[in-house]
Amino acid sequence: MNYWPLLGVAWVVVGFVLRANPVIVVVSAGLVSGLAAGKSIGELLALLGESFVSNRALLMFAMTLPTIGLLERAGLREHALRWIARWRGLTLARLLTGYLAARQGLSMLGLIDIAGHAQTVRPLLAPMAESAASKPNGPVTREDTQKVHALAAATDNVGRFFGEDVFLAFGAVLLIQGFYAEHGIVLEPLQIALWAIPTAIAAFVIHAVRIVFFQRALDRRMAEKATTAEARDAVD
Amino acid sequence: MLSIEHFYLLLALFLLYAGGRNLRERRFAHAAFWGLLAVLFASGKPILDASKLGNALPSQLAGAAVIALALLATRMRREHIAEAPEAQRLASAQRLGHRLFWPALLIPAVTVLIVLFGPTLAIGGTKLFGAGSITLIGLALACVLATIVAVLVTRERPVAALGEGRRLLDTMGWAALLPLVLATLGGVFAASGVGEAVASLVSAVIPSDSRVACVLAYGLGMVLFTVIMGNAFAAFPVMTAGIGLPLLIQQHGAAPAILGSLGMLTGYCGTLMTPMAANFNLVPAALLELDDPNAVIRAQLPTAIPLLVVNLLLMYWLAFR
Repeated sequence: MNYWPLLGVAWVVVGFVLRANPVIVVVSAGLVSGLAAGKSIGELLALLGESFVSNRALLMFAMTLPTIGLLERAGLREHALRWIARWRGLTLARLLTGYLAARQGLSMLGLIDIAGHAQTVRPLLAPMAESAASKPNGPVTREDTQKVHALAAATDNVGRFFGEDVFLAFGAVLLIQGFYAEHGIVLEPLQIALWAIPTAIAAFVIHAVRIVFFQRALDRRMAEKATTAEARDAVD
Repeated sequence: MLSIEHFYLLLALFLLYAGGRNLRERRFAHAAFWGLLAVLFASGKPILDASKLGNALPSQLAGAAVIALALLATRMRREHIAEAPEAQRLASAQRLGHRLFWPALLIPAVTVLIVLFGPTLAIGGTKLFGAGSITLIGLALACVLATIVAVLVTRERPVAALGEGRRLLDTMGWAALLPLVLATLGGVFAASGVGEAVASLVSAVIPSDSRVACVLAYGLGMVLFTVIMGNAFAAFPVMTAGIGLPLLIQQHGAAPAILGSLGMLTGYCGTLMTPMAANFNLVPAALLELDDPNAVIRAQLPTAIPLLVVNLLLMYWLAFR
């Protein structure tokens, strides 16, 4: 067994650790592995070109960009924000579980980049979560604010990751289909995508339960702080 | 008859437009990047056909182009491209309301409809949809329809759709290409025997007769590899070629669709745990100005670990029905 091709894997790790541009790291790692496997330059170039061209489907998402861009220009984000702001009785747990459900639902529909850390978490979700957290007992401490913000970012990731595979024509599903096709197993994307549903449900339940526990612990901490402050005031 | 190749050509035209706009703005690296990508997309089918006939030259040229893309990627700067002014967006949001959601919802809805009913559609005995995955054709056609509807709803000029699409494309820059190059790497790794090397390392350690041991090796291998590479896309072809296909599918008879889907999702649990997935775990910590760069990972671990266990159980129960 020739173990030298594993050098390519090590190359990727070193490249990412050194923060080099990922595209160049990935392409050069392919060259390293191929050379280590004893392929000639000609063979390697052909392999690289053929592999790239056969995976063209993975850029098909770019066809959605004109629509999304045009809707953004027409105020899609602004409308979504105002629509959500009208909902009353918003607690931290309701806000974050609601966002999780919406994020999972949207990415199931293939609308992955409609939300995200830059688009929605920093400008909308994090401040909304902070204000929902401080509703019952007044402002949260700096430490807890950071925890609330981190949980908001985590909620976006969980919603995105465990929604997107349910939609049939996005990256991961196409990659799985392409891999099997290369190995002689022909599947339609829908057959693959459906099996992402159980995990999507499990991800929602597990993360939602965690959000509820987080809010309970936060409320308890804040209530304790409020009573000790009151006690101190009484002594004064 | 519509085939996927028509839509690759359409995509190539869009990329060419993005390249042209960059050229006019004297952003030469970006212009060359999108232009080269457009050529690769437009010539994809001839390249694959030639290589099937034994002519390796076109695919070698394509390989050289991929290396050129990687070199260009290092010269690309991410710049903020101005959006429409906020006042204008607010006014338009006020005017259009929920109508803004429709074109976006049209994309998945039309895709699903075409997947369900497309194969039976025919005009005068000729099938409407030709060669290629019906899902991809459906997605591409849905995108075209959604663009038209979005132009009608917003009453913008059609060229504005191209311009805004280009804005998003250039905002992503080389990152848009990352899934594609990672899949390419998977292909090169597989052809170089990385999968076999991993499999031989693993099978030296685990008892391959045991179904449980194989499921564990595949699932945990996906997680470990994803943590190392920062991306489940890169881990999937290697682990599936090394363990999933030979041991679980061929030896133990697992269903490929179920194993593939759950394998990839198990890898995603790894994405939640690793600083290598910088876009998802380190960038938000920076964006939110958190003191601890790993705060997002810490917030995700208690979700990722139970979900990993659930995935392993699902894999064991569902894949061998």
